[in-house]
Amino acid sequence: MKIIVAIKQVPARDANVRTDTNARWIDEQDLSFEINEPDAYALEAGLLLKEKHSGEVVVVCAGPERAGQTIREALAKGADRGIHIVCDDLATLDTLAVARRLAAAIAAEKPDLILTGLQSEDLGLGQTGVVMAELLGIPHASIIMEVEIEGGSLRVKRELEDGWFQWVRMPLPALLTIQSGISKLRYATLMGIKKAKTKAVRRVAAGDLPAPGPQSVTLARLYLPQRKKETRIISGTTAEVAAKMADVLKFEVRVI
Amino acid sequence: MNGVLVVMEQRPRDGRPAWSRMSFEALAAGQELAAPLNQPLMAAVAGNALDELKADLARQPVSAAYVVQHELLQPYTADGFTAAIQQLVAKVDPAFVVFPHTYQVRDFAGRLPARFGQTLIADVIGLRMEGGTPVFVRQLLQGKLNADYRHSGAGPCFLSVQAGAFRADSLVAGSCEVEVFTPALERSAIRSQPEEPFRMSEHTVDLASAQVIVSVGRGIKEKDNLPIVEELAKALGAELAASRPICDNGWLPMERQVGSSGQTVSPKLYVAIGISGAIQHLVGMKGSKAIIAINKDENAPIFEVADYGIVGDLFEIVPALTTAVKKAKGG
Repeated sequence: MKIIVAIKQVPARDANVRTDTNARWIDEQDLSFEINEPDAYALEAGLLLKEKHSGEVVVVCAGPERAGQTIREALAKGADRGIHIVCDDLATLDTLAVARRLAAAIAAEKPDLILTGLQSEDLGLGQTGVVMAELLGIPHASIIMEVEIEGGSLRVKRELEDGWFQWVRMPLPALLTIQSGISKLRYATLMGIKKAKTKAVRRVAAGDLPAPGPQSVTLARLYLPQRKKETRIISGTTAEVAAKMADVLKFEVRVI
Repeated sequence: MNGVLVVMEQRPRDGRPAWSRMSFEALAAGQELAAPLNQPLMAAVAGNALDELKADLARQPVSAAYVVQHELLQPYTADGFTAAIQQLVAKVDPAFVVFPHTYQVRDFAGRLPARFGQTLIADVIGLRMEGGTPVFVRQLLQGKLNADYRHSGAGPCFLSVQAGAFRADSLVAGSCEVEVFTPALERSAIRSQPEEPFRMSEHTVDLASAQVIVSVGRGIKEKDNLPIVEELAKALGAELAASRPICDNGWLPMERQVGSSGQTVSPKLYVAIGISGAIQHLVGMKGSKAIIAINKDENAPIFEVADYGIVGDLFEIVPALTTAVKKAKGG
């Protein structure tokens, strides 16, 4: 079976982000980037399925040149090949435009299964996968914890709210958005890193895909959130901080 | 194209349909949007056999309400709900469609706007008017930055609102006519077959009734380090809780997880240790009466909601705090 994993490169989790001069996006200078964490779990799910059912795992990533590194890392972990949609306008596109671009690149591959993370850690809209399924005319399920393939169909465990879960069956081809943290992530082996250098990455120019068209939703301004609460920072040596905090607990919060 | 249509959510509880509490927060958001725009507010709910909810809808402060009813809408499927709400939106022709940002909405509400050439503005935390048009506020990068979003173009504007962002208690009772709308749905067009929902563990720790909670996150680094927070919890007589990654790693059981996929808590005191404060965690604990955050990153979003903050190394501070608490209790 052919499995596509759509991945995104995002600023590193602990990155100190600032807005750019136009306040339309973040200043990307001096930032380090990494694979979107939920997408790493989607990749892991794809690799596990391949090991069980055989086939091919293809990673698709839209982004500027630097995204190539994230694709190579996915190949080093075991993906068979990559598709890099080379573009640097992602921050100006709405979900529908991004999904159109990804769907156009994916459709030509005729995959059996498409996996992606449940949401990105930068924009956090959590929609790209679902919209891709709509554009490709295939069923989907979101926030998935477990994937089983029986014959030509899927059985997946969806996470619901408040500790509830539900198994759902659907035919292939289908798209799943994968929950973060559902398995242990593998590391790339030295052999994997070496092999990755010889694996194919097809570069697709955004201009060769359908034009994004007019945006119905635009990010107008980016800014530091205003504190709603006055946070009292307790400072000093460790012993002083501990003693001051114990006083707070006793006399202000009154829990001891 | 006129009006604000709020699509509320129900789910079966003990065999009967019941409101998701976030539905009324979405209605409050809808009201906040409709009033300054001078547009009518409308509400809808989809499912099957919803007579009791229909009576509730008739008492809402809206100008019209719809019960979207069909036997194929129970149980929920993305295909069924997308088609049904699509037909309702086409009929009502609203300028705005507002959802609560629930797991169910996250599942189907992306498909719906795509059918109108639109994009869902998901997980909105606030809105305001600028030059007579609405600006929607969202959080980016795990809450490190806020972003203003605007909608333009021909189709309706679709948005979903974050849990706790709008206050349902601002709603006053009203009255309206409720119309039952039967969408045209085909069984063959519903591609997924859901099984019965289930819970993993029957014995859930009831964090919701805890007075004091000590909660631990990624900053603890390793399972072997957990005893230092357990010691503090013990000294404070607190329940131990965690953010999602800790439970995903199996370091603490899932039922101790606080956040959108775990429990929602509002204790007298919540101590967040090594928790950066991703949105998914904050929605589960920001209602706490007092919040103490201990984190090495002074820019961590947890400090946005904390009443007291300690910026530093938790491996030094937490044991020292445990000692100080024991001493204060003894004194």
